[in-house]
Amino acid sequence: MTDRASVYARIIELIEPLNSKKVPLTEATTFAGDMEMDSLTVMDLVASMEDEWDIMIPLNMLPDLETIGQVADAVTGLVAKKG
Amino acid sequence: MTANLPKCDLLAKYDPLIAEHAGLLSTGIRDPFGIVMEKVISPTEAIIKGKHTILLGTYNYMGMTFDPDVVAAGQAAIRDFGAGTTGSRVLNGTYQTHKECEDALKDFYGMSHAMVFSTGYQANLGMVSTLAGKGDFIILDADSHASIYDGCKMSNADIVRFRHNDAADLEKRLKRLPEGAGKLVVLEGVYSMLGDIAPLPELVKIAKAHGCMVLVDEAHGMGFFGEHGRGVYEEQGVADDVDFVVGTFSKSVGTVGGFCVSNHPKFEILRLVCRPYTFTASLPPAVVACAATSIRKLMTATDKRARLWEATRRLHGGLKSRGFRLATETPESAIVSVLMPDQETTALMWSTLIELGVYVNMSRPPATPAGVFLLRCSICALHSDDQIDTVLGRFAEAAERCGLALGQAA
Repeated sequence: MTDRASVYARIIELIEPLNSKKVPLTEATTFAGDMEMDSLTVMDLVASMEDEWDIMIPLNMLPDLETIGQVADAVTGLVAKKG
Repeated sequence: MTANLPKCDLLAKYDPLIAEHAGLLSTGIRDPFGIVMEKVISPTEAIIKGKHTILLGTYNYMGMTFDPDVVAAGQAAIRDFGAGTTGSRVLNGTYQTHKECEDALKDFYGMSHAMVFSTGYQANLGMVSTLAGKGDFIILDADSHASIYDGCKMSNADIVRFRHNDAADLEKRLKRLPEGAGKLVVLEGVYSMLGDIAPLPELVKIAKAHGCMVLVDEAHGMGFFGEHGRGVYEEQGVADDVDFVVGTFSKSVGTVGGFCVSNHPKFEILRLVCRPYTFTASLPPAVVACAATSIRKLMTATDKRARLWEATRRLHGGLKSRGFRLATETPESAIVSVLMPDQETTALMWSTLIELGVYVNMSRPPATPAGVFLLRCSICALHSDDQIDTVLGRFAEAAERCGLALGQAA
């Protein structure tokens, strides 16, 4: 069982090396706005999350995922769906 | 008009880009995205700002733009059929010329169906978005062309990206997809930014093992890869497992337009459901007549193909021996990309080259993968050894003027 808290914690770890502006990372931190991540970096992050939990996060889902909290919710949901 | 801008100006979102571009030009360099060719002398030479310039960034791989037979076919078509069709392919926009162009494509590719689009961009946009719909999956290489990404956006399918040219990564991602779903794997024969080619046998084999249909974009491979010049997929021997081949007339063919060829028995229905095909005007008769003639000549252009590879090796080897860093260790396609350290040096080098009379493409993120800056050269079968040697000399001179550090000669 992968709970949301552990998913969130691991996402923070995955983001940390890409957080070049050293923005404080919270549930409400946004990828494009706060962290100023470019689309290529975002896609690499997505790939690493997919591999971490063996899930698929379709690219077309990304526009709805603006904050770290939203991503944690989505990943938790996808992991649960996988069963 | 500008005095009445609303408070919430829709163009304000481009302010950072406007500032970046202005910053670039304030250093005194020429605008890399604002070149005007006053005269085009041949497929390899033009007059730019009054200066005689060698063209090394036009994708005119086979030099067909001024081929006498091609030009004559266009002239005859404009005389006999007029300047344009003023209509969609499915209404009043299909002339005998369009039919003959599709016949030429079928013969060139040895396939039973061919559909001509108004541009290569629209061919990818239309095919990708029409083949895959809601509930289907599109699996694409991370370095895919913008037209493929845009087709994905328009498709309503779920989009899965795999690491560039990485068969193991493709397989890993395909394993996560539901077995019964419709899946389209989109590949390119040549990737136009770095000029590298795809390992199609490995990728196609994995795609087929997972029940996917395969589309290969041969925009930068048509004309000089494979026995019949069909592209990388022919050269690598995977023709039987490729369901759709997309291509363009604006590279080797030497005019403008896009197409898809296929042996799929239900292919023809796409003419009625593919929106970028249906809801736009068809190509002018002169353009498709030029394309048809050019395609038929490319079928047997073996000498030109050999010459293109020769000129490409000369440029690649010459740049390498002068210490330039290149995107591929060996010349994999007719694109030779020179790696640059940063935006400023790239722009300065590009600008110096144009002052010296050499036109190349300047490429930067997000068009390029992994944040690289490039000076991209595309070679033409009509480039002479003298022209290539002149270019090599000017590259070396530009590097010296710009203080670009070069590696040890290989």
